[in-house]
Amino acid sequence: MEIELQHIHKRFGRVHANNDISMKLRGGRIIGVLGENGAGKSTLMKILSGYQPADSGAILIDGREVDYHGPQAAIAVGVGMLQQDPLDVPAFTVVENFLYGQPPAMTRREARAKLAQISREFGFELDPETPSARLSIGQRQQLEIVRLLALGVRTLILDEPTTGISAQQKTILFDALQALSREQGMTVLLVSHKLEDVIALCDEVVVLRAGRLVGDKMMPATKAELVQLMFGQEIAPQERSSGHIGDAVLELDSVTIQDRRVRVESLSMNVRAGEVIGLAGLDGSGQEALMRACVGLINVAGGRVRLNGRDLTRQSYRDRMHAGLAFSAAGRLEEGLVAGLTLTEHMALMDNSRAMIDWPAARQLSGKQIERYNVRGRAEDRIETLSGGNQQRWLMALLPEQPRVMILEQPTRGLDIDSARWVWQLLLDRRAHGTAIIFNSPDLDEIVTYSDRIIVFFAGRFHVIEDASTATVDALGHLIGGNFEEAAR
Amino acid sequence: MTANRTTLRVALLVAPILLSLLITAVLVLAVGKDPIEVMTAILEGAFRNSNAIAGVVNFWIPLTFACLGLVITFTAGLWNIGVEGQMMMGAVFASWAARTIVLPTPLLIPIEIVLAMAGGAFWGVLVGVLRVRLGVNEIFGGVALNALASVIVIYLISGPWQPPEGGSAQSTPPFPAESLLPEMSPEFPVSLLALVLALVIILTVYFALRGTRWGLNLKATGKNPRSALLLGVPTTQTALSAFIVCGAIAGIGGAYRVLFTFDSLRPLPSGGIGFLGLLVVLMVANHPLIAPIVGFVFATILAGSTRLRVVLQLDQSLAEVLQGFVVLLVLMANGLRGRILSSPRSSPEVVQEQPAPTTVTSAAEAASHE
Amino acid sequence: MNEELLNILQTLVTSSSPLVIAALGETITERAGVVNLSLDGSITLAAAVGFIAAVGSGSTLIGILAAMLTGALVALIIVVADIELKQDQVAIGFVLTLLAASLAQFIGQSYTRVRGPELPFVSLTFLKDIPFLGPVFFTDHNPLVYVSFILVFATWWWMFRTRPGLALRAVGERPESAFARGTNVNRLRYIYTLVGGALVGLAGAAYSLSIKPGWTNPPAMRGDGWIALAIVIFGGWHPFRVVLGAYLFAGLRAISSAIQRSPDVQIPLVLINALPWLLMIGTLLLVSSGAIERLLRALPRSAQVWTRNILRSDPPAALGTRFEEH
Repeated sequence: MEIELQHIHKRFGRVHANNDISMKLRGGRIIGVLGENGAGKSTLMKILSGYQPADSGAILIDGREVDYHGPQAAIAVGVGMLQQDPLDVPAFTVVENFLYGQPPAMTRREARAKLAQISREFGFELDPETPSARLSIGQRQQLEIVRLLALGVRTLILDEPTTGISAQQKTILFDALQALSREQGMTVLLVSHKLEDVIALCDEVVVLRAGRLVGDKMMPATKAELVQLMFGQEIAPQERSSGHIGDAVLELDSVTIQDRRVRVESLSMNVRAGEVIGLAGLDGSGQEALMRACVGLINVAGGRVRLNGRDLTRQSYRDRMHAGLAFSAAGRLEEGLVAGLTLTEHMALMDNSRAMIDWPAARQLSGKQIERYNVRGRAEDRIETLSGGNQQRWLMALLPEQPRVMILEQPTRGLDIDSARWVWQLLLDRRAHGTAIIFNSPDLDEIVTYSDRIIVFFAGRFHVIEDASTATVDALGHLIGGNFEEAAR
Repeated sequence: MTANRTTLRVALLVAPILLSLLITAVLVLAVGKDPIEVMTAILEGAFRNSNAIAGVVNFWIPLTFACLGLVITFTAGLWNIGVEGQMMMGAVFASWAARTIVLPTPLLIPIEIVLAMAGGAFWGVLVGVLRVRLGVNEIFGGVALNALASVIVIYLISGPWQPPEGGSAQSTPPFPAESLLPEMSPEFPVSLLALVLALVIILTVYFALRGTRWGLNLKATGKNPRSALLLGVPTTQTALSAFIVCGAIAGIGGAYRVLFTFDSLRPLPSGGIGFLGLLVVLMVANHPLIAPIVGFVFATILAGSTRLRVVLQLDQSLAEVLQGFVVLLVLMANGLRGRILSSPRSSPEVVQEQPAPTTVTSAAEAASHE
Repeated sequence: MNEELLNILQTLVTSSSPLVIAALGETITERAGVVNLSLDGSITLAAAVGFIAAVGSGSTLIGILAAMLTGALVALIIVVADIELKQDQVAIGFVLTLLAASLAQFIGQSYTRVRGPELPFVSLTFLKDIPFLGPVFFTDHNPLVYVSFILVFATWWWMFRTRPGLALRAVGERPESAFARGTNVNRLRYIYTLVGGALVGLAGAAYSLSIKPGWTNPPAMRGDGWIALAIVIFGGWHPFRVVLGAYLFAGLRAISSAIQRSPDVQIPLVLINALPWLLMIGTLLLVSSGAIERLLRALPRSAQVWTRNILRSDPPAALGTRFEEH
């Protein structure tokens, strides 16, 4: 199956997400679609798979122009896409998710048989009666792949499939993709910003930058070549850096946490001034619960939390912020910023000192922070009109200047490399002044690069890597899959 | 382009009102009456003399109290359907003071008002606690507490507070004259004190929402309680305070009904004015200064319609039908305007609206976070 | 078997049937992701329209159809305002609650104390002879009671045992996923909101044509719409639990009025009047305050899974949200 894209354009407001993209994709190969966050690769793939219409341009399949509306229509011509957050229905069981969308004639029994058959073929382990809500992202991907294959897809698009899955799951996934392309002659499009994955798997790559197609290349290629293509310049890898590590500031004393998804049993740890602690783990393995328990958004079931010797265990979130913690959550517009409020109003919210708001002062301060944090936006703009990177900058601008401990969920989620490095520069500056940082990230690179210590979580269990400079992305990948015993050896 | 848009805006403001009048007229014709006569009767009922105008003002005052309270809860993203019950409890508490405390008028009135505020706030905080602490959606809590307030009123009238000649379930005996709000003049029977109080509340709410930290807290909580909490807003207390303040303001409205409109406690002392307040505030998109203006129009219809039964033997519910259609169609016209103005080439931000803050069942979510 | 008890239970099944029908209708609507808050008004309006149509035509069937149409029409306004005009479902639903009730009162004003046709009482052959179940469920009910029985099973079967049922639930749980599978999300929301609304209308007809025949001011069913909405939550959006909730509710109400009528127990009237509302808050407290979750934690682990499945009461995840394809 050969796919050709001709002059695809797509705009979102002022952003030209896809700008005159034309390419030919030959069948039976694994093709990497490379580009950093915001380069337009997901948009292009959503257009190809029917999730979004292009503003203009044409899609040709085996030389014939197709004009489909909706993903189901794309599947009918053989193009299926696995979204980064797999589009299942959490309340459905595995078999219901599989069945929903199959031809009307298929019965539940047939669905079960087919599900089992395809799963076996690729070594996927999917229990048909488990609700999808209880699966890991890796398993949900497997379910979605099986579903798309059962629908007869001949071109499979995967959007950042290696984010948030373990090394073991990644191996299974890559084996499956190779089998699909080598043995069954399918086209696989792997959307990624991770060079290692592309190098390991792909036969060729196409590279997008700022909405344009900037190059394609047959593999093998070196990392440096791909970086040059992705960014238009060479990017020096971020150096590991260490600051001066001081005395313990935040003490966790056999803390036990129970939330809806996971239980973390008696975790003890001292977080020291100027230290960066990276938390690794699959979604919902306990790292988020730990961070939220530290700031008081979840009650601990046992143990104590102390800051500079002061017991915070029974204190509210607000009291802990006053005591010197700072927190930012992963979803910026869901938990962090208030859509509908202006930048100035956000700034005014941070000032607790008096009952009346001094609007001129708030405006002035906002102007100052906009300049200092290089935010593209005006003080009177509503926050949701800013781009993700600028929202993150404003969130940083709102955080207290020099807290004792910053606890950050995925501080660079969805940011392009410039914004991400900028955020880390800011964080490292604060660390240099003695602030301790606890963060998590699905991007293991980020954890290895910036942490002094790493805690790996798996289903509530945890494993501490005292010296992060000894850690590698690959080893972490195995650990987040639960291979703690191996690591101990 | 801009001229077209202005025309469109005006058209979409006028059209729903005309359409509601038309629908109402058809209904009137359907029951065999003349719409023009109905209109005349309503206008006469509202404006035929200074006494009638005073009647309008007497609806407007409690309605304004209800509206201003509701502006606060809506700002906090809360559906305070319980406002009706909060008015009733204000009326009950004021009635207790009027029946029990013997003091000269200038001393008694403030006590009655403070007690009415306490009664309304009490009923408001119940809805609030159910919502923010126990996860019961405020719509259901409000509906139930409205009904319970009504039960309490009827119990008092037919039980402990019944007239000595026996319970007729119609009303308590009249309160002593010293306990009632004085009227400006017999030709224009309106309470000046209440009028001034209403104006003070309008301005206070307006400035509290614009210029105080509490107002900003309400706004942030209403738009996104989770983010607000993380930004340091005490969302639980903010939501509770909204219920308390709304209840207190609505309670004054309830007191006005028993201490001025009537001179006794009657079944359903709020008379649906709280619900009408909800309609008004929905229609004006929560604006504290426009609400009293639109409220005046609605009060006119309400006061005028009392004449329908006398003159045309028509049920007063016709006025409610008209008001309901106006609000419904204005909201739908707002949607139509948004739909037309957000056509492809216009600004992208219109599309980006957040989903509505309140869905019936996501009740606990906001609060359970703290 | 105690004759009197059977009679009480039989009356109970009859009197709770409108609640069952209305709550099932709302369950269907909310499962598709739409909140029809207007129940208290639309039941009343449908009852009035149904009664007037029945009086005018002399046919209860026409009355029933008119009532269903009325309920569907109110629901249509909500879904149009939501999908096409992007207005808040709750706001529109609330306005319609008041508007429909006022409208009912206005059009009903000349029909108070008018006698109209009523639904016949029917017993089902064979079934009525089953011990206990027969006299309670299959003897001397109006036809709508039997319709309510069928509806319970039909709704359950449709939702959980058919392919269209998968689509219905997916639309309310995660519309993006439904879209990805070729389901026309908004069309299904139209359909199921209308179906749910029609059932709400049917509940109105059950009142005015049989259970509380005729038209009164204030309307006899005032408040039951809110109860039905609460029962949907209590029922965890599951037809069987919803029905259980409706029977439980009607049962407690029947018991309290029976106690009130008996001469040797003195319960103040105020308590009887307050009871439905206290019950409503109580049931909602039970499902929303985490009491069930705490109860579950106390059980042994092996029992937790299936009890959770029975008792789970999470609303459809996309309830009250709007879906746009792009």
